[in-house]
Amino acid sequence: MKPAPFAYVRPSSLSEALTALGEDPDAKVLAGGQSLLPLLSMRLAQPSRLVDINGLPDLDHVDVTDEGVRVGALARHSAVLASAEVERVQPLVTLALRHVAHATIRNRGTTVGSVVHADPASELPAVLALLGGSVDVEGPRGRRTVAAEELYVGPLETSLSHDEIAVEAFFPALGPRSGVAFEELARRHGDYAMAGVAALVEVDGDDVVSASAGFFSVCERPTVVDLTCAEDPGEAALAELEPSADIHASLDYRRQLVRVLTPRVLAAATEHARRRAHG
Amino acid sequence: MAEVFRDDLHDVTLHVNGAAHDVRVPARRLLSDAIRHDCGLTGTHVGCEHGVCGACTVLLDGRPVRSCLMLAVSVADAEITTVEGLGGDDDSLGPVQQAFAECHGLQCGFCTPGFLTTITAGLRENPTPTREEATEMIAGNLCRCTGYQNIVRSVLRAAEIQAGEQS
Ligand SMILES: Cc1cc2nc3c(=O)[nH]c(=O)nc-3n(C[C@H](O)[C@H](O)[C@H](O)COP(=O)(O)OP(=O)(O)OC[C@H]3O[C@@H](n4cnc5c(N)ncnc54)[C@H](O)[C@@H]3O)c2cc1C
Ligand code: FES
Ligand code: FES
Repeated sequence: MKPAPFAYVRPSSLSEALTALGEDPDAKVLAGGQSLLPLLSMRLAQPSRLVDINGLPDLDHVDVTDEGVRVGALARHSAVLASAEVERVQPLVTLALRHVAHATIRNRGTTVGSVVHADPASELPAVLALLGGSVDVEGPRGRRTVAAEELYVGPLETSLSHDEIAVEAFFPALGPRSGVAFEELARRHGDYAMAGVAALVEVDGDDVVSASAGFFSVCERPTVVDLTCAEDPGEAALAELEPSADIHASLDYRRQLVRVLTPRVLAAATEHARRRAHG
Repeated sequence: MAEVFRDDLHDVTLHVNGAAHDVRVPARRLLSDAIRHDCGLTGTHVGCEHGVCGACTVLLDGRPVRSCLMLAVSVADAEITTVEGLGGDDDSLGPVQQAFAECHGLQCGFCTPGFLTTITAGLRENPTPTREEATEMIAGNLCRCTGYQNIVRSVLRAAEIQAGEQS
C-alpha cells in the first residue's frame, strides 16, 4: 500500500502550475488528496508527476452573494460546511456536505476536488448538477466556464482536459419560492452512500411549478430527472435512470431505494418550498 | 514498455511537536511513514493506509487530518502534533490520555493515538460536548476492541478534567 514513484512540484503561481501540467500528459493535480492518495496507495493510479496546487494564492475563498456560492479550489469541505452564509443562500450544499465523509477528511478534502473527481457515489456532483451550477476552469487556452450538465461524462470522468485546473465551483442560490431536501442511505455514518437523492422544488401558492431530483450512487454518473408532472415519482425516476449494481448494493436494492427515497425527498423539498414562500 | 522512474529525493523540514526534523524523502513518502520511520515517532499508527480507520490521525496546524493521505513533501510549512505531543513536558499524561486511562478507553491500543489526537482537537472546538456530540466527534475512527462505549465516556471525562484544570 505505497504509491509508485512520481515527480512532485509545488508551484506558487497558477501559470507555473499550468505549465507543469501541460509539460507532462501523465501529470495529475493534487488538491486535498483525500481521493487521490488512496488511488495512489492502491496503485489504481500511477501518474508520473503530481502538481500540488496547495501553494497557489487566493484560491481558498468561499464567497456568498445573492446569486449563489462561489467556492475556490483550495476551500476545504470543512470551511464550506462551517459557513452560515452558505447555508442561508443555498442550504442544499450544507445538507449534502454533512454526508461527505468524516470531519477529519473534510478538514483536508476540497469541495472543488470532489466536484471534478466525478465519483458517481459522491454527493456534491449531484448537487451541482441539480442546481444547474458550473465550474470555472483555467487552462492553456485561458479561462472557461463549464456547466454541470456538460461536466460529467462518466465514472470519474469529466469534460476537463488533463492540462486544465478547476479554480472555482458555482452553486446558484435557492429562489424565494423554492425548497430543497436531501437523503442518502449508507451502511455506516460517513461512508459513501448506497443510493442518495437531492430534490429541488418550486411552488406558486400551493401548486408545485417545478420539481426535479438529482441522484448519486445510483447510475454511472450524477443524474438529474425532471419529476414536475410525475404521479408516482419513484417509478417516474426509475424510468429515466439506469441503476448499476456493485459490491455495495444489488440492482434490485438500488431500485428499491430510489422508489422509497424519491417521493420522501420530494415531499420534504415541497414542504420546505412552501415554508419559504409563505414567509 | 513503461518508463522506469527513479525516486528523486527531497529535503524537507518537518515540524513535529515543536521540534524540527530535517528529512530526505522521495515524493511518494506518506506523512505517516515519514513520522514513523524518518522522525522515529512510532506513536502514530498505520492501519488501513486509505483514510478509513483513523489510526494515523495527527494534528496539522491544530486540526485533525489523516497522515496516510498526505505526502511528507507537502507539509513543510505546517506544525504537526502527534500523540507524543499531547502529554505534559514532564512526561505526564494530557487530559484526554488521563481520561482514557481512567475510563478504560483502550484495550490493545492500536487505534488509540488516532482517537487521542481527534478528541484533543474536538474538545478544543467544543469543550462541553453532549453524549451525542462526543459520539459524532469519534465517528470517523475505528476501534476493533472496545465497542466504543468507553471511548465516548473518555471524551466526556476528558472534558471534565479540562474544565477542572481551567477553573
Ligand atoms: C474515508 C473516506 C471517505 C470519504 N467519503 C466520501 C463521501 O462520503 N462522499 C464524498 O463525496 N467524498 C468522500 N470522500 C472523498 C473526499 O470528499 C475528497 O475530498 C474529494 O472527493 C476530493 O477532493 P480532494 O481535494 O481531496 O481531491 P484530490 O484527492 O486531491 O483529487 C481528486 C481528483 O481530482 C483532481 N483534482 C482535484 N482538484 C482539482 C482541480 N482544482 N482541478 C483539476 N483537477 C483536480 C485530482 O487530479 C484527482 O484526480 C471520502 C474520502 C475518504 C478518504
Ligand atoms: S492508516 Fe490512515 S486512516 Fe487508516
Ligand atoms: S483498542 Fe484495540 S483497536 Fe481500539
